[in-house]
Amino acid sequence: MSVVEPAAVLPTCPTEIAVRMTGVWFGYDRRRPVLRGIDMAIPRGKLVAIMGGSGCGKTTILRLIGGQLRQQSGTITVAGQDVMALDREALFALRRRIGMLFQFGALFTDMSVFENIAFPMREHTELQEELIRDLVLMKLNAVGLRGAAQLRPAELSGGMSRRVALARAIALDPMLVMYDEPFAGLDPISLGIVGQLVRKLNDALGITSVVVTHDIYESLKIVDYIYFVAEGRIVAQGTPDEVRQSKDSFVRQFVDGEPDGPVPFHYPARAVTEEFA
Amino acid sequence: MPADSVTWALRRVGGHTLDSIERLGFAARFSVAVLMHLPGAFRRLQLTLREIYFSGVLSLVIILVSGLFVGMVLALQGYEVLTRYGANESLGILVALSLVRELGPVVAGLLFASRAGSAVTAEIGLMKTTEQLSAMEMMAVDPLARVVAPRFVGGVVSMPLLAALFSTLGVFGAYLVGVKLIGIDSGAFWGNMRAAVDFGHDILNGFIKSVVFGIAVSAIAVFEGYNARPTAEGVSTATTRTVVASSLSILALDFVLTVFMFRGVGVGA
Amino acid sequence: MNRSTLDLWVGIFVTIGVAAILFLALKVGNLTSVSSAPGYHLDAAFDNIGGLKLRAPVKAAGVVVGRVERIKLDPQTYQAIVSMKIDRGYQFTKDTIASILTSGLLGEVYIGLDSGGDTQMLADGARIAKTQSAIVLEKLIGQFMFDKAAAGNGAAPGASNGPAAASAGSGTGTAVTAGGGK
Repeated sequence: MSVVEPAAVLPTCPTEIAVRMTGVWFGYDRRRPVLRGIDMAIPRGKLVAIMGGSGCGKTTILRLIGGQLRQQSGTITVAGQDVMALDREALFALRRRIGMLFQFGALFTDMSVFENIAFPMREHTELQEELIRDLVLMKLNAVGLRGAAQLRPAELSGGMSRRVALARAIALDPMLVMYDEPFAGLDPISLGIVGQLVRKLNDALGITSVVVTHDIYESLKIVDYIYFVAEGRIVAQGTPDEVRQSKDSFVRQFVDGEPDGPVPFHYPARAVTEEFA
Repeated sequence: MPADSVTWALRRVGGHTLDSIERLGFAARFSVAVLMHLPGAFRRLQLTLREIYFSGVLSLVIILVSGLFVGMVLALQGYEVLTRYGANESLGILVALSLVRELGPVVAGLLFASRAGSAVTAEIGLMKTTEQLSAMEMMAVDPLARVVAPRFVGGVVSMPLLAALFSTLGVFGAYLVGVKLIGIDSGAFWGNMRAAVDFGHDILNGFIKSVVFGIAVSAIAVFEGYNARPTAEGVSTATTRTVVASSLSILALDFVLTVFMFRGVGVGA
Repeated sequence: MNRSTLDLWVGIFVTIGVAAILFLALKVGNLTSVSSAPGYHLDAAFDNIGGLKLRAPVKAAGVVVGRVERIKLDPQTYQAIVSMKIDRGYQFTKDTIASILTSGLLGEVYIGLDSGGDTQMLADGARIAKTQSAIVLEKLIGQFMFDKAAAGNGAAPGASNGPAAASAGSGTGTAVTAGGGK
């Protein structure tokens, strides 16, 4: 599988640390914080995974980085800029340099695959149609779907739409790409493909990648570093090797897939003797 | 205890009222935001044209057929009543004024709300549920400008045209029934009508009504869609709300506008 | 749905929509008639305008030549001053009579102009000298009753005429009150 990419249109991340989160507290409802003091530093050019159980706030972290949500306290900087301090224009300028792969793709259903990938190019650049056509087809080629350019999203399989969404995420050669559960619901072949693409694009384009997932197996194969999030905090972190050898009970439960451990099996309920008296 | 349930009931009412007011304020801010993006909708002309197609062209069949039938029924019923006063020659006047002043804008508005309004709500709601709006935001494209404003403009442009078509088909239907079927004199039908229907007073007012209704329905439709809860039930609830709220708004606005427009008929300078 | 088909349909839609509006304006309404044509103004004073409304037609020999533009009450003479806008193509003599008439028994009220034989024409803003007020039905009935009662009183106020006289009397009473209240 070849990866063909043009010279980067925009400069890669200017700072050493692409994304830094310090002491971030956030809750959709003020009384129940989802994130309680997250500290994270993602170096430029690295592929980092954020893992944890469902509903632990992983997707929220991505939305905070992208400025869709505002944290109640703490700072988040992307390429050195404080996201919360940016005005609308600056935020939009930042977002043009960030690509995001949404869960299940979030392709625009009223357009073809080609038009989906051409969308950011048409919106943000003044490139002529011939050039856009070439760029779109190159991106599609990078994910192996150049022949599917005229299909509509409804006609794509899960794996294919995920790949198209990936191509769209890198349409403007961003410096940072965020992946929200890229492996969810995929068959083993598609899983392998997406995993390999994420890794290869990260290295070939010199981008920084943040992958939110709970697929431990695939992640251990491709990432440089892992953060484990539970109950709104980072409970463990490390390289794949460190994680495999970790003695931390939470990490062990997660990696080994144990039903019970630091993350309890039973949802909080009354004592058994009371319930079945 | 009675006191408790009274308090509870009052709390519920108060809560609902506050919710409604908050929603109204939110809707107002939303409307202002959409209005500010209107120039953008005109720049993205192709998008807006597409929305005019989906709101207007696809409503043509129901509007034309309904208009025709309403006109025909109006002629039948009207003739039956007018004959008692020997005033069958006034059938044209009856039909034309009813349609142009009231039935055209109102009935076309109600049909538009249920067909096009609910479709727009469902579309936007579904885009929200499948995270397409979020994706757009993250790609630094404002969904209000690209998705909402063109649909709003599409509805506002389509509505007056549809109302006029409704009235036209209605008059034509009445002509078919009155002149062709019943046998009223064609000249009397058209002549009396032309003499009695005033452009400024009747047709223009009817047109203004349809524009106002178009704005109301389109605004409600995009608002409900944009703020639907991103689940299947959420979209379904939003669609229902659009139809109900639009219909009530049309009828309420119709009353208000009619009072202002048609009250001074018998009054001197 | 490619672009050109979509554009075509939208074009068709907008065209027939505008055509419908034009149809309504011209064929159903009266857009092409007098109101927008250039005209001049004439005034007339009436004791009673009856049911005359704004924009009522002004007709001569049954043909619409203008519209009523304004109706005011003269505070000094307590007469109704009616301003009419007449089509520029029609001229009326100085001794024209303006009457308030009803088309049919229950029809609309309009102003009828009867031209006279004067050589001079009314200019813009002129006042029509001779007017005939509207016939108010109550006054007509009251007048009728009064005349009847007067004729009845001339004969013997006898028993044979009792009920009739009584009713005529009460009728007269009403008429007199109505007239007095005027």
